[in-house]
Amino acid sequence: MTAAQAVTRRLAELVLVFLGVMFIIYVMVFTLPGDPIMALGGDRPLPENVVAELRSRYHLDEPVWKQYLYYLQGLAQGDLGTNFSGQPVADRLAARWPVTIALALTAWGIELVIGVGLGLYAGLRRGRVGDRVVLAGTILAASVPVFVVAVSAQLVFGVQLGWFPVAGTTQGWPTAYLLPAACIAVFGLASIARLMRGSVIDTMSSDFVRTLWAKGLTRRQVVGVHVTRNSAIPVLTYLAIDLGYLLGGTVIIEGIFNLPGVGQLLFQAIRAHEGPTVVGVSTALIIVFLVANLVVDLLHTALDPRIRHE
Amino acid sequence: MTTTPASTPPTNDPPTSGSTAPVLAVRDLTVTFQVDSGRAPDVAAVRGLSYDLMPGEVLALVGESGSGKSVSSMALLGLLPPTATVTGTAHLGQDDLLAMGRAELSQVRGRRLAMIFQDPSGALDPVFTIGFQLGEMLRRHVPGLSRAERRERATELLRMVDLPDPEQRLRFYPHQLSGGQCQRVMIAMALACDPEVLVADEPTTALDVTVQQEILDVLRRLRGRTSAAIVLITHDMGVVADLADRVVVMRHGEAVEQAPVAQLFAEPAAAYTRTLLAAVPRIGAPERPSGVDARDRPALNVEDLVVEYRGRRGRTVRAVDGVNLTVQPGEILGLVGESGSGKSTLGRCALGLAPLTSGVVEVVGTRVGIGSRAAARAARQRVGVVFQNPAASMNPRYTVGQSIGEPLAVHAGLRGPALRARVAELLESVELPAAWAERYPHELSGGQRQRVAIARAIALDPELLIADEPTSALDVSVQATVLDLFREIQQRLRFACLFISHDLAVVDELADRVAVMHQGRLVEVGARHQVLQNPQDDYTRRLLAAAPVPDPADQARRREERLREAS
Repeated sequence: MTAAQAVTRRLAELVLVFLGVMFIIYVMVFTLPGDPIMALGGDRPLPENVVAELRSRYHLDEPVWKQYLYYLQGLAQGDLGTNFSGQPVADRLAARWPVTIALALTAWGIELVIGVGLGLYAGLRRGRVGDRVVLAGTILAASVPVFVVAVSAQLVFGVQLGWFPVAGTTQGWPTAYLLPAACIAVFGLASIARLMRGSVIDTMSSDFVRTLWAKGLTRRQVVGVHVTRNSAIPVLTYLAIDLGYLLGGTVIIEGIFNLPGVGQLLFQAIRAHEGPTVVGVSTALIIVFLVANLVVDLLHTALDPRIRHE
Repeated sequence: MTTTPASTPPTNDPPTSGSTAPVLAVRDLTVTFQVDSGRAPDVAAVRGLSYDLMPGEVLALVGESGSGKSVSSMALLGLLPPTATVTGTAHLGQDDLLAMGRAELSQVRGRRLAMIFQDPSGALDPVFTIGFQLGEMLRRHVPGLSRAERRERATELLRMVDLPDPEQRLRFYPHQLSGGQCQRVMIAMALACDPEVLVADEPTTALDVTVQQEILDVLRRLRGRTSAAIVLITHDMGVVADLADRVVVMRHGEAVEQAPVAQLFAEPAAAYTRTLLAAVPRIGAPERPSGVDARDRPALNVEDLVVEYRGRRGRTVRAVDGVNLTVQPGEILGLVGESGSGKSTLGRCALGLAPLTSGVVEVVGTRVGIGSRAAARAARQRVGVVFQNPAASMNPRYTVGQSIGEPLAVHAGLRGPALRARVAELLESVELPAAWAERYPHELSGGQRQRVAIARAIALDPELLIADEPTSALDVSVQATVLDLFREIQQRLRFACLFISHDLAVVDELADRVAVMHQGRLVEVGARHQVLQNPQDDYTRRLLAAAPVPDPADQARRREERLREAS
């Protein structure tokens, strides 16, 4: 299979997954208890004809699967819909996207560099002090809830030491994003470090590494060229899945650090029963997640020739 | 211990220079391993090993598992884990390898002393091309070569080991090559810097016999073309007879005997060497009574069997292609073939473990693959099975007694004292103490585990036993005793047996009839004598010619004959 065919096939799969997941979210959001139209009026009941008019405008009087098809139709034309107050969802998202993307990708970068680095360090020093410290650290990091980490980090590094801004995005990337990103990254970083450590240990004891030593290569060549690349392959799969977790984690972190991203928007929208917004935000998140997965798959293929020739 | 004085007495003198100075002089090499961080007593893997390797010579280190033959060579290159302590000296030319620091040693590795290993596909990094891996060796040890020069040298090396299309192959990844081709690449890589010594650690053990022959031919021809002396580590007396000039026989970490190859085979001095040579199966086993009952319906009847697997991208792979065979009650049919010949798939079909594409398989009168699950279960009761790897085919958390007792409890409904009594009886029938029912598999050796597997297979007194390479994972002396036991049990219980093996000599020791498979087809079936001593099919002849015989003179004659025919 050529690379182009592989990408095409992956894209086709991606569309199917996307439609399926979208439908599940759509159904879940619009079958939530509570009536969003009635809620619009607050305490005063809306006139009968206004309610009917709104219901038909948003196709709320039709079955869910039909509503879903209408939504898909709009989506195909680049329309993410409008919320019940009449604002286009796309406009609201546009302003907030960059914040969340920057946050999640920064966290991803931190996980990748520090997690893989720590794992490599620990794996090469198996059983020694450095390894034990890393292992203990990863257990600690993985066992503290994200919001505890975030609130303490904000207090220590933001308020007391003043190294990072306490909240908001006024100082821009990277200063404003590093601390919140690090807080979301902690959990995944610990998993990646452990995964990488195990992978490095396996690789170091494999037959081909024995061959490399027998060839007379230096430790630097063996580790830098061969061990790192072979060990990183299993870790990549985890990295792809982890991006989903990171995107979800932004909901909490954006609240704590007051970052105006889609996470916050999503949170508010769920509380206000704003179906179109929830679906719109979720859709966008899924697209990012799926595209990131595609990128990881391609990277996987680049690193591991055995996949390429399947 | 039957230690005979080695031909070179251990001394600590540095080797003398001169025209006949050895390339490699090992003196009093001892390797001990620390066990359980020093909480258990240290284990000595090699004790006071001394030998000389002369220029251009092939010296074989022979021994069974645990004899220290591999460890002693890994010690030379400093490839042992940090728990190992190595003492003694090993002079490569004038330099003592064992006294070198890490940096100095890594200069020697690959450049002056190169090594090839047992599993060639695992020994190459899967994510880099073989061109890169060859080039890397040259970059490290021959600095100053340009890219083009390295490429040229790599191509030349691959040509030297007879890899077809060497220029294209440089861009291949290890998984795109067969095991034999990977081993050629390994040899090419080892010879890239013209080393003084090449250590070959079981270089053909993981390969099929015809591929083994090709690799042995490559090594033999290289002796003429390069100056490297070879240390050949092997357990296979046939390989020794084919390639070695001199032999060191090792047991429990010590050299039991050192002798030129002809002398070793003709007049083995040490008792252990004699035992070892006697245990090697050879083709030409004497006539023996056979318990075949030709009148009864066959225990296994296979008609026009085809098994296809859906391969990648919808391609179908025919594992078994139109096979007909029968096994009569009381008969042992030896099914022989190389890897991928379909012999194991055939065995799995008889057990109902592989999907039949078309054709008929009848096991003790019941057709496999049709009818209810209950019928299949009932039929399976009358079939026993022994697999190749006893460690993997037994539940590690079951005691020996539980493993043997399981089929009895499930199918015969035995419980309590009756079950225990039957398990004890079965253990005794495979010559293990009945008290071992309480032990776990990891407490047993490979041979003992295989005896337990046999006991489990015969627990229900089967009409048909399927044995898939039951002795391939065992040392040769253990294999001999397991084969004896197997034959004795078969003669007593008179079950029919499909004995699957890649080893013609093992089949000769056991089988009444022999069937040869090649690429899914049955190429030849017949009486043992006829197939093994007067083969009609080309492939059978090739297979027989490829297996090296444990006799240097005979093997040299066979090789010449074969090479003459080939040219």
